[in-house]
Amino acid sequence: MSEETRNVPYRGGGFSPVAKRGAGFVVFVVLVALAEWGTRAGWISNLTLPRPSDVGATLVELWQSGLLWTHIVPSLTRLVVGSAMGISAGICIGVMIGLFSYVRAGLIPLVAAIFPIPKIALLPLFVIWFGIDEGSKYALIALGTFTPTIVATYGAVDNVDRTLVRMGQSFGLSWSSIVRKIILPGALPGILSGLRVSIAIGIILLVAAEMLGAEYGIGAYILQAGSLYDLERLFAGVLILSVLGVVTSWAIGQLEKRLLRWRN
Amino acid sequence: MDLTLNHVSHRYSDMPVVDDISLHIPAGEILCVIGPSGCGKSTLLRLIGGLEQPTSGEILQIGEPPVGCLNPLTYVFQDFALLPWRTVRANVSLVLEDHGIRRAERNRIIDDVLARTRLSDFGDALPKQLSGGMKQRVAIARALAVNPAVMLLDEPLSALDAQTRELLMEDLVGLWERQKFTGVYVTHNLAEAVRLGHRIAVLSRRPGRVRELIKIDIPLKDRHMAHPELEAIQTRLWDLMREEATAADRELQHV
Ligand SMILES: Nc1ncnc2c1ncn2[C@@H]1O[C@H](COP(=O)(O)OP(=O)(O)O)[C@@H](O)[C@H]1O
Ligand SMILES: [Mg+2]
Repeated sequence: MSEETRNVPYRGGGFSPVAKRGAGFVVFVVLVALAEWGTRAGWISNLTLPRPSDVGATLVELWQSGLLWTHIVPSLTRLVVGSAMGISAGICIGVMIGLFSYVRAGLIPLVAAIFPIPKIALLPLFVIWFGIDEGSKYALIALGTFTPTIVATYGAVDNVDRTLVRMGQSFGLSWSSIVRKIILPGALPGILSGLRVSIAIGIILLVAAEMLGAEYGIGAYILQAGSLYDLERLFAGVLILSVLGVVTSWAIGQLEKRLLRWRN
Repeated sequence: MDLTLNHVSHRYSDMPVVDDISLHIPAGEILCVIGPSGCGKSTLLRLIGGLEQPTSGEILQIGEPPVGCLNPLTYVFQDFALLPWRTVRANVSLVLEDHGIRRAERNRIIDDVLARTRLSDFGDALPKQLSGGMKQRVAIARALAVNPAVMLLDEPLSALDAQTRELLMEDLVGLWERQKFTGVYVTHNLAEAVRLGHRIAVLSRRPGRVRELIKIDIPLKDRHMAHPELEAIQTRLWDLMREEATAADRELQHV
């Protein structure tokens, strides 16, 4: 009697993406190369897309003329000051919401009401309150980063393992020790991943505020280029923004690696 | 320091969980509490440890805790409850930091308890690097560090595999022989109860009452895995529990 023999069919695997080094870079290079080829060969009209090499040349020119820093420094200052205010206040309030029932009951509806407002709509109001200069921009970025930070923070505090808190209590740890040594470190992963979202929102608001009224800044630079239909400069500005986004996300990644070494 | 429970009852909203339990736990003795799952063992332990207040009845500490005792009623949890971001040493250090002990003294205590739990080589490891048995030894080391008057152990070995459990039982006996701590040891494992308990309180299904209190006179260090007298006691415990466990198993969950 001869039975048919074969291997058991494999049906596991998949669903677990792993980091492939350099894949993102390859995609980027291929897209740029395609655009360069298209604009040179003519099947992409240069009213649609500027030639990547021209954008590069514009950037080099910006750098050499010193104008790059004239635009980047005020933008970065606004972003850093505004989001530092919004994020630190957001973490404080978020922790309070996580810890105290009355604060939670009182503030969560308020946060829910403020969160979905497109903050840029409030800029005219902020101009009246804080002046046309830096004040209104700081306030806008601060408010924009504030609400997502609160939501991420109190969610993170809620998710801290309560058995760890009970453990702290059972050893007679003081309230402040429990908060400092158990709640805050336990909430840190959630707070840091909230930071990514908050800072991205901060960058969006930064540009919007600068478009609505600023002499210098990346937003202002992009707006000028757009109104002149100068696509090279417009793309150069956009490129700076996306580098800014990548750099902040990388910085948070480094922070996570450093502070959350215990996790992986 | 002795502990006494007088007619302790507890209910969650309308559901009675612990019903009229009276017990005396003399210093230097381990009391094992067994009962079907959901019968209120953990609740009873939380009441004894002061993490919850009984609906009625009283829980009394009699006498002073030993000198140098930082936390009279000290827990060992089933799921270890170690801070994942702290090393083994720092996890033990956590429970000493609030007591204003100088660093040198703190390090001496940590070295001592890690040596007693055979963890000296793992002081700088993070919890995630340790096996379940090692994690529980860290939790035991942490409990020993505060020099407790009474150790409250809530199914400390239930998350471990059978071999590790056997090793840790031997460790616990060794620790007790070295320093005769008072213990309330909750478990649903009868073998653990007969190995570690000077007395065993058998609880009924929910609401938990003491059905029977069994005293075992054999010294802990003479109790082996296949000791005939212990086997007889274990069989008797199972006879007591079988009916309760069957009934508890058929009950609908109140969630
Ligand atoms: N905090 C709580 N609130 C409401 N019910 C609870 C709470 N803790 C435990 N219970 C209920 O009390 C009963 C006894 O629980 P527990 O003491 O954990 O039992 P055991 O440890 O013996 O398995 C269970 O039915 C459980 O659902
Ligand atoms: Mg339990």
